[in-house]
Amino acid sequence: MKSHVIVFPGSNCDRDVAVAIKNISSHQPQMVWHKETSINQSDLIVVPGGFSYGDYLRCGAMASTSPIMQDIVKKAKEGVPVLGICNGFQILIESGLLDGALMRNSSLSFICRDILIKPKNQSSVFTKNAQVAKMPIAHNEGNFFVTSEQLKKIQDNDQIAFQYCDENGNVSEHSNPNGSLENIAGILNENKNVLGMMPHPERAAELAHGCEDGKTIFESILN
Amino acid sequence: MTNHNWQFQTEQSLVENHGLKLDEFEKIVEGLGREPNLTELGIFSAMWNEHCSYKSSKFWLKKLPTSGERVVQGPGENAGVIDIDDGDVAVFKMESHNHPSFLEPYQGAATGVGGILRDVFTMGARPVANLNALRFGEPNHPKTKHLLSGVVSGIGGYGNCIGVPTVGGEVNFHPSYNGNILVNAMTVGIAKKDKIFYSAAAGVGNPVVYVGSKTGRDGIHGATMASAEFDEDSEDKKPTVQVGDPFTEKLLLEACLELMKEEAIIAIQDMGAAGLTSSSIEMASKGDVGLEIDLSKVPMRAKNMSAYELMLSESQERMLMVLDPSKEEMARDIFKKWDLEFEVIGKVTDTKRLILMKSGKEVASIPINILVEDAPEYQRDYIVEEPSPIKEYKPEDFDQNSILNDLNTMIMHPDLSSRKWIWEQYDHMVMADTVVRPGSDAAVVRVHGTNKGLAMSTDCSPVYCKHNPYEGGKHAVVETWRNIIASGALPIAITDCMNFGNPEKPEIMGQFVECIRGMGDACSKLNYPVVSGNVSLYNETNGEGIYPTPAIGGVGLIKDLSNVKTLSLKEDGNFLCVVGKTANHLGTSKYISIIQSKEEGGTPEINLDTELRNGNFVMDAIKQKLITSAHDVGEGGILVAISEMCMSGNLGITIEIETDFPHGYFFAEDQSRYLLEVSPNNYDECQKLANNNDVYFEKIGIVGGDKISIKNIGDQQVSVLKRSFETSIEQISH
Repeated sequence: MKSHVIVFPGSNCDRDVAVAIKNISSHQPQMVWHKETSINQSDLIVVPGGFSYGDYLRCGAMASTSPIMQDIVKKAKEGVPVLGICNGFQILIESGLLDGALMRNSSLSFICRDILIKPKNQSSVFTKNAQVAKMPIAHNEGNFFVTSEQLKKIQDNDQIAFQYCDENGNVSEHSNPNGSLENIAGILNENKNVLGMMPHPERAAELAHGCEDGKTIFESILN
Repeated sequence: MTNHNWQFQTEQSLVENHGLKLDEFEKIVEGLGREPNLTELGIFSAMWNEHCSYKSSKFWLKKLPTSGERVVQGPGENAGVIDIDDGDVAVFKMESHNHPSFLEPYQGAATGVGGILRDVFTMGARPVANLNALRFGEPNHPKTKHLLSGVVSGIGGYGNCIGVPTVGGEVNFHPSYNGNILVNAMTVGIAKKDKIFYSAAAGVGNPVVYVGSKTGRDGIHGATMASAEFDEDSEDKKPTVQVGDPFTEKLLLEACLELMKEEAIIAIQDMGAAGLTSSSIEMASKGDVGLEIDLSKVPMRAKNMSAYELMLSESQERMLMVLDPSKEEMARDIFKKWDLEFEVIGKVTDTKRLILMKSGKEVASIPINILVEDAPEYQRDYIVEEPSPIKEYKPEDFDQNSILNDLNTMIMHPDLSSRKWIWEQYDHMVMADTVVRPGSDAAVVRVHGTNKGLAMSTDCSPVYCKHNPYEGGKHAVVETWRNIIASGALPIAITDCMNFGNPEKPEIMGQFVECIRGMGDACSKLNYPVVSGNVSLYNETNGEGIYPTPAIGGVGLIKDLSNVKTLSLKEDGNFLCVVGKTANHLGTSKYISIIQSKEEGGTPEINLDTELRNGNFVMDAIKQKLITSAHDVGEGGILVAISEMCMSGNLGITIEIETDFPHGYFFAEDQSRYLLEVSPNNYDECQKLANNNDVYFEKIGIVGGDKISIKNIGDQQVSVLKRSFETSIEQISH
């Protein structure tokens, strides 16, 4: 088991995700500085949350041009699992690995709170054991959008990983925290080996967090 | 006012525009043996203003207790340091950014957060939590909406980006802040006890290194502005507000912590208020050495910056260090990796002078001691005004049937309502160690990689302070102490942020003196010393001072996280018990201010012996695992506190207590009280512990259902109450 966590200038969930992986898999992931150009054999590459380059340009746009991203794109195409969380999701979109765009939250403010998500795809390496799960979101730009053609494509191809839902698992406007199209909280690439999601599973990964629902995503890929 | 005896070459108006009094200027001339040049005048102005010199407050601040068995570093360094066992220390401080935040709320608040974060990581600590104490004008004042939204997004914008969770704080609304809001930011960090960094420069010939952002023309004279009153033209001072860059600060944080792992840094000081001036002088003064700086080498953002501008710029995200010369290249590589400026701009000397060079010419030369030790210190005149008289309220003054309506009105008021709208804009979970989130009595953050945690809380009741500064000062300290205890921690020490009006007015100075006396008495009694702090005076607009506001930030230690308590009710059938007597003190309470729109009746008094006994009892009961949840009884009284426990736990309660003065019982703000949820199995043990310690302890209700039912009074659905509770702050912002 070998996993890698990428560190960009401004990443701030890199340590959190590394701790979660270590606790769950008992393997210490390797931290990879963004200026490096390649990753050795890997079973999971995580692009963590944070504010890479301060999000001063469109979120994730600068980081997507970092040297390491070329190799991540290459590895993703070879089938290596890649997980982008929050800012990591934004980076994966900017690098072209995932469809769509993440716009400013419909409330126009940063939102940090627990939400519920429901898996739509239940067969990918990330989502095969997923159920309705509680975990926090913490973002300013998580309002997912795709064109209607793209939406049809990702629906037909079962690429919607998670949708925001309520306590009963209903996907409703009321349970949508940020205005995302179809309540989309996370999507997969065509081959289902790349997942981008706005919620933070690493912040719901041990009892001290008050909720362990986030563990499932890591467990399904690490164990 | 023109002084006809003015005998100097320097224009009198120039001296006045630098915020210096004429006799202070005479002192400068005497010290230098000549008149200062413009750069030197600017330096004196920056060092001798109230913000940097504490000239009105020093005498009184020295009276506060600052030592204790866990105090590693008291006031005087960038932040205070306390021992939290196992070789770990907590490093913390609170600081004001009031004037900038009123002028430009987003950047003012953001740079306030940035500044206090730097104070903490300068000492070698990784910041693990931010808190903030905010005071705004009346909710319906035309500026409040803009200021509230701006300050909240500024705090969030900085803290969220740098990745330090904002876990707690407090917000008040009061007309005394209509023209002068208060933004007090607190940071708590964690370091190793043997790896604390200080600011004393040492080693003649050692390089003085500038790291971080480039220097621009922003924030020139910010500290002087912070030491002046506001008037109608204050908007013109907007250019003195600095602009924050949290991304660069994040890089600076990581680069500094990376370098701190090596034995390279001899001294380090952040460039906060008064920038390069105060940082260089501070380092030289603490180390009793001189510094020679070549200003041509300072990385500049703008062209042709003068020595004056370079010395007084308050550009953010900069640090000054003295390095071990053999580690200079290694240090340079670290800063290069993080894309930050790294420039050797000077050296340590034995002249005990600050000597500034620019383009090969000496542009300033000032003995350090006249800037620091000889700085003016005033023992200002003060008048202690009589505290507002205590009023006895009687049952017949109130309508018995109004209790539940009044409760609803009170919890909808912005002073008592949920702060959810605010804290949801702050990332309060990044770093994945937040154990108790905002909304409980104290936030709890785990010490990374351990099973212990820090509890932290900020508090102050300005209305209490206004009507009785001595009791108000005591209260601010004690309220944080109670919050920390209710969260399951041992309170250790505080930081203070003293926000007051113009100290040249004797009645304002009297408020300051009395608040300090109250704080000091509480700190001594509770063994809860002051380890750091900040003073913000001249909080006045058009001659009208703010209410005295000594904001206190307390920190406590929880050795075992399984003892953490929150205020949420947990289980049907448990008993709700009150600790401490209720004596119907309604004076200056939220009931009187919200329901009767009055501010009268006197500040509640605190018996510190009772306070200590009750607090120790709650700590013991938690340690003995007798308590399920805990909450202190604060503003709004017992019924508001009960409602908070119900709303947080989504559980109801049946209140069985009978009283012939319901308003007194339910809304009084008598002090030293807690509410405890106790399971029936533990009740007898708890009662026994209370009796043995001479503590008043009484069962008042039983947890269960979805209503608050009060015998002989009526019922209120918890979910309905919660809706009222969660809307009002958001409404101000719309």
